[in-house]
Amino acid sequence: MELLIASAVGALTAAGIYLVLRLRTFPVIIGTSLLSYAVNVFLFASGRLALDAPPVLRDGAERYTDPLPQALVLTAIVISFGMTAVVVIIALGSWLSSDDDLVDRPALPDGDGHSPSLPEGDAR
Amino acid sequence: MSHWLITPVVLPAMLAAILVLMVREHIVVQRALSMAGALALTAISIGLFWQASDGTITLYQLGNWPAPFGIVLVADRLSTLMVLLTTLMAPLVLLYVMGSGWDTRGRHFHPLFQFQLMGIIGAFLTGDAFNLFVFFEVLLIASYGLMIHAGGKARLRAGTQYVLYNLLGSTLFLFALGTIYAKTGTLNLADLALRVAELDPGASAGIRVAAVLLLLVFAIKAALLPLHFWLPDSYAEAPAPVAALFAIMTKVGAYGIIRVYTLVFPPDLEITQGLFDTWLLPAALLTLGLGMIGVLGAARIDRLVAFSAIGSMGLLLSAVAVFTPGGIAAALYYAVHSTFATAALFLLVDQIKSRRGDTGPLLVHGRPIEGGALVAGMFFVAAIAMTGLPPLSGFLGKLLILDAATASPLVWWVWTVVLLGSLVALVGFSRAGSLIFWKAHQLEPDGPGGPVDPETAPEVEDTTAQPETTAAPLAPRPVLPMIAIGGLIALLIALTAFAGPVNRALNATAAQLFAPAPYIELVLNTPGKVIKKDTHAEEDDHDAAAEATGEEH
Repeated sequence: MELLIASAVGALTAAGIYLVLRLRTFPVIIGTSLLSYAVNVFLFASGRLALDAPPVLRDGAERYTDPLPQALVLTAIVISFGMTAVVVIIALGSWLSSDDDLVDRPALPDGDGHSPSLPEGDAR
Repeated sequence: MSHWLITPVVLPAMLAAILVLMVREHIVVQRALSMAGALALTAISIGLFWQASDGTITLYQLGNWPAPFGIVLVADRLSTLMVLLTTLMAPLVLLYVMGSGWDTRGRHFHPLFQFQLMGIIGAFLTGDAFNLFVFFEVLLIASYGLMIHAGGKARLRAGTQYVLYNLLGSTLFLFALGTIYAKTGTLNLADLALRVAELDPGASAGIRVAAVLLLLVFAIKAALLPLHFWLPDSYAEAPAPVAALFAIMTKVGAYGIIRVYTLVFPPDLEITQGLFDTWLLPAALLTLGLGMIGVLGAARIDRLVAFSAIGSMGLLLSAVAVFTPGGIAAALYYAVHSTFATAALFLLVDQIKSRRGDTGPLLVHGRPIEGGALVAGMFFVAAIAMTGLPPLSGFLGKLLILDAATASPLVWWVWTVVLLGSLVALVGFSRAGSLIFWKAHQLEPDGPGGPVDPETAPEVEDTTAQPETTAAPLAPRPVLPMIAIGGLIALLIALTAFAGPVNRALNATAAQLFAPAPYIELVLNTPGKVIKKDTHAEEDDHDAAAEATGEEH
């Protein structure tokens, strides 16, 4: 069980970091999602792994699992889900307004960003 | 238990909900409510600051649950100081927003602004590490919305980077918290302080990793080299009032470092030895150097100010990294100063951009600025403050930091970098000011705006797609923006004039931070609600009853 969880966290983190270092927004967003999955599993495991044990008081329970990491991970899931939604929308807006989905800013002016209020010669 | 302590968090949250749900179509009502809320926050935080100024620490238990089981808010000198700093800025920034019409260029500016205030204030007040994470996320998600307010190609691109960078920061924060919880079994800061101190130094690998991870998280917020890459683009492309408000966000990172590394991982703790001398101080000095080089090399005035913000964070953190009471007091003085100075500069840059016409933020010869004397004068004062020249508070702050650095083994490095950095910043700001305000008059006015010399105009990726930079040049200028900037400069002057009392208060703050026993004692030994446990079967009923009475307190 420990080995399974640990290797899952490791694999998700490795894949996430690889994807985050990509050039375009889509793989980067997938990468951040994978990283957030990794951290959620990690948080879940931070209260030690206990199988078949209830988290809240119950009659006849022999032992309990730590309820706090479950509450933490619930918060973390909600927040990372919301954040992922926000970044998808912003990345989409960026893609639609600039015709490319690169994460980095272009090193040189690409010539397609002329504002209508600027004279052509000055739009650099 | 007084409920005043939670009002600075609840008030903006409620107000933001009202703003977005009830009056979203009425900009005048929005402005009035937003401003009223900000002023009420200022009044409340002055009250809280006054309450804490005699050394009292106030505790608020959410839902009346005692720590470490419930979440607590704690107001000590440091927290109330930072809250006061935030709420002094907020009305001035709002004044600028109203005067310059930034809130009409996109939707939902005011609700997002209030949520941002809620997140920042909550982060300063909370006494729980996971709650700190939650408030970080509140302030971040509001800042994402504010960052891309009014849209535009360059802004959205910078916004994407900003959001992605901070998402990674949040993930790192969670990893750090998970590690801390796995090693100690608590996330309450006061409880952590006790349990970390009891850990066996021989088997402390996990908590060491957590301490470093947490430092990295705060370093991302504070734009410490090499984690500063998000800042220049974000601050330069963000709407000016938002960039001004963001000046406080880097301070949230610095606050996190000061709070966690005085309370949980104090400097005399064996397991985190060397974290500051070996890592934080050199990184802070490199940040300072990089910021100042950026000031010298920037091709645009907004990026110049953004780099000066990085430099000021470097200076602030190098004072923090000395980790003596004197160093912390100096850092706090500089934090207050640099917040106001950075905010004033960002707002001035916006005025320069909109008054210059088509050269916008470029550091090139342009036409003279309309109403230039006032803007130039204010830029001069703000630049003096930022570069740390006498007579303003930047100089005093720098002096305090240089003095505090004598306690560090790296004192000569600190002195060299700080003094050389000041010189470089001085050259950078002089160059920018001369180009924009003085040399403008030497240009032949052939046509509106005058041409940009293609040979001297530096390569800039994108100055377009910002319609606000090319507002009608002859429209009457609103007065409110200049009043807002004037207010920030007045605060700087007040900080200089009352440097003595301020410094005494900050020394007391630092002394309180270095004697955390009363803080821990108060948080852990205050009784909360009591759940009576008579018989096993009726437990649930009693729980509900106890909870009901607990709510009424």
